[in-house]
Amino acid sequence: MSKTPHLKIEDLHVSVEGKEILKGLNLEIKGGEVHAIMGPNGTGKSTLAAALMGHPKYEVTSGSVTLDGEDVLEMETDERGRAGMFLAMQYPSEITGVTNADFLRSAINARRGEGNEISLMKFIRQMDEKMKVLEMDESFSQRYLNEGFSGGEKKRNEILQMMMLNPRIAILDEIDSGLDIDALKIVAKGVNEMRSPERGFLIITHYQRLLNYIEPDFVHVMMQGKIVRSGGAELSEKLEAEGYDWIKEELGIEDETVGANA
Amino acid sequence: MAKKAPELEEYQYGFHDRDVSVFRTQKGLTREIVEEISRMKEEPEWMLEFRLKALDLFFSMPMPTWGGDLTQLNFDDITYYVKPSERQGRSWDEVPEEIKNTFDKLGIPEAEQKFLAGVSAQYESEVVYHNMQKELEDMGVIFCDTDTAVKEYPEIVKEYFGTVIPPSDNKFAALNSAVWSGGSFIYVPKGVKCETPLQAYFRINSENMGQFERTLIIADEDSFVHYVEGCTAPIYSTDSLHSAVVEIIVKERARCRYTTIQNWSNNVYNLVTKRAVAYADANMEWIDGNIGSKLTMKYPAVVMKGPRAKGTVLSIAVAGKGQHQDAGAKMLHLAPDCTSTIVSKSISKDGGKVTYRGLTSFGRKAEGSKSNVKCDTLILDNKSTSDTIPYNEILNDKITLEHEATVSKVSEDQLFYLMSRGLTEDEATQMIVMGFIEPFTKELPMEYAVEMNRLIKFEMEGSIG
Repeated sequence: MSKTPHLKIEDLHVSVEGKEILKGLNLEIKGGEVHAIMGPNGTGKSTLAAALMGHPKYEVTSGSVTLDGEDVLEMETDERGRAGMFLAMQYPSEITGVTNADFLRSAINARRGEGNEISLMKFIRQMDEKMKVLEMDESFSQRYLNEGFSGGEKKRNEILQMMMLNPRIAILDEIDSGLDIDALKIVAKGVNEMRSPERGFLIITHYQRLLNYIEPDFVHVMMQGKIVRSGGAELSEKLEAEGYDWIKEELGIEDETVGANA
Repeated sequence: MAKKAPELEEYQYGFHDRDVSVFRTQKGLTREIVEEISRMKEEPEWMLEFRLKALDLFFSMPMPTWGGDLTQLNFDDITYYVKPSERQGRSWDEVPEEIKNTFDKLGIPEAEQKFLAGVSAQYESEVVYHNMQKELEDMGVIFCDTDTAVKEYPEIVKEYFGTVIPPSDNKFAALNSAVWSGGSFIYVPKGVKCETPLQAYFRINSENMGQFERTLIIADEDSFVHYVEGCTAPIYSTDSLHSAVVEIIVKERARCRYTTIQNWSNNVYNLVTKRAVAYADANMEWIDGNIGSKLTMKYPAVVMKGPRAKGTVLSIAVAGKGQHQDAGAKMLHLAPDCTSTIVSKSISKDGGKVTYRGLTSFGRKAEGSKSNVKCDTLILDNKSTSDTIPYNEILNDKITLEHEATVSKVSEDQLFYLMSRGLTEDEATQMIVMGFIEPFTKELPMEYAVEMNRLIKFEMEGSIG
């Protein structure tokens, strides 16, 4: 699977409990690219992330998503994971009794398949290495998955998983929320280390701040469940300086959330 | 991932071997049958009297109407005594071939070589194999079947037998007292610490068979012993009955740990009375895993008679289709500054039913005693149920009692999280279940923890979707 990934989202419509949130979203992500999706709260950013990963609450009503031409929407969540998609979640679940290390090794082995399991030594070495990059204390490997972790620890743990699982398409959902500036820099360092032609990133955030440390190739603005504007890194700088109102004005949008209709 | 295997193959110990018994009583229970069992065993008169008194009690006591459903249990349709071979082996070569094969399939001789200090194997009513490391023998440890103990150590047996659980305790204790056969007798002398576990394995092979082993453990002052038992049976369309009595005496400053992994097939009624008496500064731990059986009613108890005695019950119960695990614990604090801990973990799935039934009692002299009770239930689907029924009796107001109960379901978000990392739904569910019972498995000797995880994985396979 060394060829560069290609994720293609076309005219995606997604509903939650009967209410349409995404209303025709188009986006293409290729290996080596970092895409940032920005937008005020309630515009459908996290819905996009969850729907791409196949959360059962999010119903795709029309449109298509393909990874290297394969129909992603036909795949179960675990198949998407094994195909190389990864979602760093805004609110990761806590699983008691399962250590971080055991969980990660199971996840790695699920991707590698039976008979091709990672050796324990190699696994420990890799995990130690990545934890160092993220300045995580050794004790994290033996703590129960996310149980009792602070918000910042959970975010770091998500990035650790990403670094260990080597996804082809990494989606980071508000990975910066709740992080102080030092933690933000560490998380950004982890992400930057992972940038490669074999990997594409989709970074969801509503602060420009993160993008000071992870420079995006493309910036998209979401409003009312669609991408309403795309540009380069300069777009996020303009948003930082001027906010979202100028876009709303240009497009004649009064209420940018999905509940409202333009 | 392998999809669900056919129903009957799910329980991998469900095989049965050819009946090789040398003697069996007729079905049903009469005074003559009890006399015959006693005669076959060449017992002293006092034991026969004990049996016959117990039999009268059994006949006179009503069937319990609480707990599980016992209406299908037919005492007339059970064979109460089956003698599988003429004599007991001290090496596996002396065990009849068919029976040895059974235990080979169960992996017992292999386990013995690897990590056990002594092994006892009971097949139907009798212990067919028994062996213990010479070092323990030299230190004065006695580990034999209870029938042998009655003959060879009558003074000790007479002193303790039936003192912790008298036949009048409950109908099934009376039944066991009347027809008991086999079980383990352990005596650990003062100050002797048995570092490696002693194990007994109980196997029912016949249809409609009743197994009534009787275990008596005495841990003398300052001693330590860890006893482990495992149980399996074949799958038949009709039911069998397992009704054991386990009595334990833990003397001053001694510690006893009793670990059970009960994996009877789903046609076995498992109605067991287990109770320990703990004297001053003694420590009794019941580690109790219930995975199999049709109905289990079992509430391991610790009677804390001396100051600062400690009691622990750490249990898991897994109930699948057609199963009811009615399990729990009893802690009786009868002296000052006793402490007890109950941790109960229950899992129900495929329409199974789990009940935690517990008693925490503080006597008049129990000032300064503490009890902590924690019951957690994990329900895997909407067909399955759970109940928590705690009873408290408090006769002293200077005590501390904490009770905490949680019921949870495997949440959609947890599954989504694990699956997004590439685990299948089955694997994700297993992982959540294993994590849930981790406080239990981490207390098992390593080999059993591995076995336990394997069993649970097996139970969980295909349970979703």
